[in-house]
Amino acid sequence: MGSFLEVKGLRVRRGGRLVLTLDHLTIEKGEILAVVGPNGAGKTTLLLTLAGLLRPEQGSICLEGREDGYGSLDYRRRLALVMQENLLLSRSVFENVALGLRFRHLPKQEVQRRVEEWLERLKIVHLAQRQAGELSGGEARRVALARAFVLEPELLLLDEPFSVLDRPTRQRLQEDLKTILLASGTTTIFTTHSESEVRRLAERKLELGSSARGRKKMQSEI
Amino acid sequence: MTATEIAQITLLSLKVAGLATLISLLIGLPLGTLLALGDFRGRALLLSAVNTGMGLPPVLVGLVVAMLLWRSGPLGNLNLIYTPAAMVIAQVIIAAPVVSGLTAAALQALDPRLRLQLLGLGASPMQMVLALWHEARLPLLAALMAGFGSVISEVGASMMVGGNIRYQTRVLTTAIVLETSRGQFGNALILGALLLGITFLVNYALTRLQQGRRRYG
Repeated sequence: MGSFLEVKGLRVRRGGRLVLTLDHLTIEKGEILAVVGPNGAGKTTLLLTLAGLLRPEQGSICLEGREDGYGSLDYRRRLALVMQENLLLSRSVFENVALGLRFRHLPKQEVQRRVEEWLERLKIVHLAQRQAGELSGGEARRVALARAFVLEPELLLLDEPFSVLDRPTRQRLQEDLKTILLASGTTTIFTTHSESEVRRLAERKLELGSSARGRKKMQSEI
Repeated sequence: MTATEIAQITLLSLKVAGLATLISLLIGLPLGTLLALGDFRGRALLLSAVNTGMGLPPVLVGLVVAMLLWRSGPLGNLNLIYTPAAMVIAQVIIAAPVVSGLTAAALQALDPRLRLQLLGLGASPMQMVLALWHEARLPLLAALMAGFGSVISEVGASMMVGGNIRYQTRVLTTAIVLETSRGQFGNALILGALLLGITFLVNYALTRLQQGRRRYG
């Protein structure tokens, strides 16, 4: 049986500039992969491309061996993306977490059940009726994560999930996230600058970087 | 001027301005969204044209619409000149750029990464647009208020394409001009107070909607 996700010969341009090349990447179901590299190495571009939101100039992305559905609505609804900024909507926490479920037209009772479950698991159930604009950075981050986990995605893409948090908040959230990821078995790719986050959360690491000329991206898997 | 006539003038003003605002919203909301979110050749040119249109002089709009609808004009066979329909057409031309331009500005003020985040949570393109409209609902309601304000208060275009015909195309603004020209300042003041009152009430209702939604998210 093949890999859950397989990327081959990827080349992505943004604004006419080649920002990412990736020869080959595979990830197995349930695996947690960290993507590291300096600013501008293409980490966010990789996540956006895997999410089907940036079209590569070249290359293929196969989810469970299938390439044909890449970028379609069905493809995008198999995964969830959490961007570096929380980007919550000016609604209640409950409504923010329910957003993706409403996009999928799930029944009201199912939305209620799943939102309550994930608010509980991320320890923010007491914030359910709070407006997003009234949250602290750590609370907002938990809401952003709950908004993705509630979708029970097959692939979770996290762009520097802890970068905007202070150290104690970051450590608490890392512990909680590790517990949730291990329990749910969600295939996860996250980007980070932190080696401690890699050690704490990831099973494998993909390093993106620039060559000496600063033009061609390189990759190495550890 | 009788109370019945004043009521008829007021009702016609509301009908013409209300319908023009509604049509402007139907044009301006999608057009403004396309200008804010779209990536196509000529976008900057179109956006500049819309922004220029936000300052269109009503008399110029009246002139062009009158020429088009004049009996011997290219659209003369529609027999619309000096009808409320002609006034609605002229007012749509005035208000649509206002609604479009302010819609584009409202959506461009949102964080551009929000679109990617919504799509990354499984939104269809239409669901993404609806979520963005909801997020920008305060400035979008302001766009609607500005559109209504631009047409309820204009006089030049209504006078030129409506003709200020008693019981047919006379609205509050054209009636004020007429009463002033006759030296009937008392009547003009009453009509002016009515115009101001209506504009206030409509804007008050929209503002309540805007601020109430803000409070409750």
